[in-house]
Amino acid sequence: MTSAALRSRAWKLLEMVTTPLLPSDYLDLVSPLRAGADLRGRIEAVHPETGDAATIVIRPGRGWRGHTAGQYVRIGVDVDGVRLWRAYSITSPTNRQDGRVTITVKAIPDGKVSNHLVRRAKPGMLIQLNQPTGDFVLPQAKPAKVLYLTAGSGITPVMGMLRDIEFDDVVMVHCAPQPQDVIFRNELHDLVADKKLRLTEVHTDTDGMLDIARLDELVPDWAERETWACGPAGLLDAAEKHWADHGVQERLHTERFRPSIVVAGDGGEVTFSATGKTVDADGATPLLDIGEEAGVLMPSGCRMGICFGCVTPLKAGAVRDLRTGEITAAEPGVLIQTCVSAAAGPCDIER
Amino acid sequence: MTAIDPAAHLTAEQIEELGRELDAIRDEVIAGRGEKDAAYIRKVISAQRKLELVSRGVLLFSIFPPAWLLGTAGLSVAKIMDNMEIGHNVLHGQWDWMRDPKIHSTTWEWDHVSPSEQWRHSHNELHHTYTNVIGKDNDLGYGIMRVDEDQKWHPFHLGQPLWNFLNACFFEYGIAAYDLELGKNLHKRRRKNPEFRARAKAVGRKIRKQVLKDYVIHPLLSGPSFLTTLAATFTANLVRNIWSHSVIMCGHFPEGVQVFERRSIKGETRGQWYLRQMMGSANISGSKAMHFMTGNLSHQIEHHLFPDLPSNRYAEVAVKVRALFEKYELEYVTGPLPKQVFSAWHKVFRLSLPNKKPKVKTPDREQELVAA
Repeated sequence: MTSAALRSRAWKLLEMVTTPLLPSDYLDLVSPLRAGADLRGRIEAVHPETGDAATIVIRPGRGWRGHTAGQYVRIGVDVDGVRLWRAYSITSPTNRQDGRVTITVKAIPDGKVSNHLVRRAKPGMLIQLNQPTGDFVLPQAKPAKVLYLTAGSGITPVMGMLRDIEFDDVVMVHCAPQPQDVIFRNELHDLVADKKLRLTEVHTDTDGMLDIARLDELVPDWAERETWACGPAGLLDAAEKHWADHGVQERLHTERFRPSIVVAGDGGEVTFSATGKTVDADGATPLLDIGEEAGVLMPSGCRMGICFGCVTPLKAGAVRDLRTGEITAAEPGVLIQTCVSAAAGPCDIER
Repeated sequence: MTAIDPAAHLTAEQIEELGRELDAIRDEVIAGRGEKDAAYIRKVISAQRKLELVSRGVLLFSIFPPAWLLGTAGLSVAKIMDNMEIGHNVLHGQWDWMRDPKIHSTTWEWDHVSPSEQWRHSHNELHHTYTNVIGKDNDLGYGIMRVDEDQKWHPFHLGQPLWNFLNACFFEYGIAAYDLELGKNLHKRRRKNPEFRARAKAVGRKIRKQVLKDYVIHPLLSGPSFLTTLAATFTANLVRNIWSHSVIMCGHFPEGVQVFERRSIKGETRGQWYLRQMMGSANISGSKAMHFMTGNLSHQIEHHLFPDLPSNRYAEVAVKVRALFEKYELEYVTGPLPKQVFSAWHKVFRLSLPNKKPKVKTPDREQELVAA
């Protein structure tokens, strides 16, 4: 018998020993970061960057496959007991010797996860991790000239790039309300002092929003540069138009952070994505009834919110709990009780 | 169904007002759910796993009597924790709000021969929706017992104290059979129903795994302690079964608890549904440890009103619920475990016999004569 077959037999035996749980349920008690475990990370340090931003140093579990500069990672954090998932760009270089990775988080107003991470994260806390992903990355072949166009926390994936590879000719245009809001400001200025970077800071509180036409003046050779841009949608929309107008759109790479702000309404179009049906729903009829009416095979139970026999994944949009009025927005892993939930705007139910 | 309706003094408006007051209690707990509650269930789960591991470890040496005693006691408690405070409550969706896929009603599997999914249907849906409605709620007597005077007596019921005792000893198998609605489904035609067969198969698989673990694998791992480990596991299962059966009997069987007719729930409002839960359930009084070991089913009344609130909150909810009972002049049935168990068993014995004939007034001949 091969060793792999032997191992698999031993594992099967172990599963019989621990049934109805799995061996991993017990191993997680002592070694949550081991190889083969669900991917998790342990927060090892929290370094403040600005008044409302902090860098979180994470030791990922053994299953971590490593990242490419510019990529992001989805992390699951328990905030007030509820597991919430968000995506953050990785700001550490790929060759960091101690195997740790960092994300840099800016606390946004009313942001549950970002405020929790910036203000309450402590060393020792466990978080859930996904493998890094995203195609906002540098190419294999080094471009001769590079432009980084960033605003606010849009600097985070670019910082991951800057720290990872040195280019011969790099220009950065970064927008932030005030000088003290510029994340990584000291490090950027060190790079400037070492002549590794040419930096233009746009302070929007005094200078106003960056007019994309000003690029001609700030970076005269912008059109020749391979450009990576990350920031609010307004900036990226303007950049995409500007690059397209000049016929150089292939040189522009953008990354959009999609804030998970769902505008909750009263009723809306409900999509049952597994069945491919779409129907209009009002804000008072349970989604279970809406689905059944549309001929979708819906799991059901007590029809009054007590038996949890109807829970179904909410893939997109928002729903309102008809008993409490509470709004639940779609996030990966969010299940809703269809018998007591109504559409709060357009939503997608996995049925 | 009893001759006197203990809620007859309430008007329809009062019942709806009661419902609103209960909704307010529920909303308050939901708004306050948070980190502490999450930490609580994680701590309980972790403690249960550690206790089970250590107990199983000690049982490897169960050939030595002190190890047997210690291991058996530990395993019994671990199994009770798994079924009561953790399994029952997780499967109710009490912790679904945490969005942790590992502590979720849709993924949880418990140390019990009835597969979680089947139990969720029969318990959460049938029992909790149709609480104490004769013919709809199979928990009432589990289909093998007569639990109310108005049910027709049959000589079969003479044996019900014995059935109930056997059911207590092998309770998890009783529950599995009950979830399968075995009595109803053993008729020739129903047996062939593919849906029933699939469910029966799932139960078979679960039983095989559970039996293999408890009575083959762990004894084998114990080597020379094979027989003593086998006996220890059997004992732990027996203790767990009798304990959970006792606790559950206290929930709906003691004297003072009402049962309802099928037609009484037609068009039931939310307030009326709440009222039925209040009158159909009974609590167990006792210490914190007692509440914990019953999986907080000692707060059965509160659990039936709010089956999806985290179990660690029932104690605080109970204070407010009890005040409502007083306000609306309803009987809050509660008592210490021995008293409630005795009361429930007393009912089982009493109803195993046909109803006592009500005394029919014989016409008073002398008076008649005088009148004449």
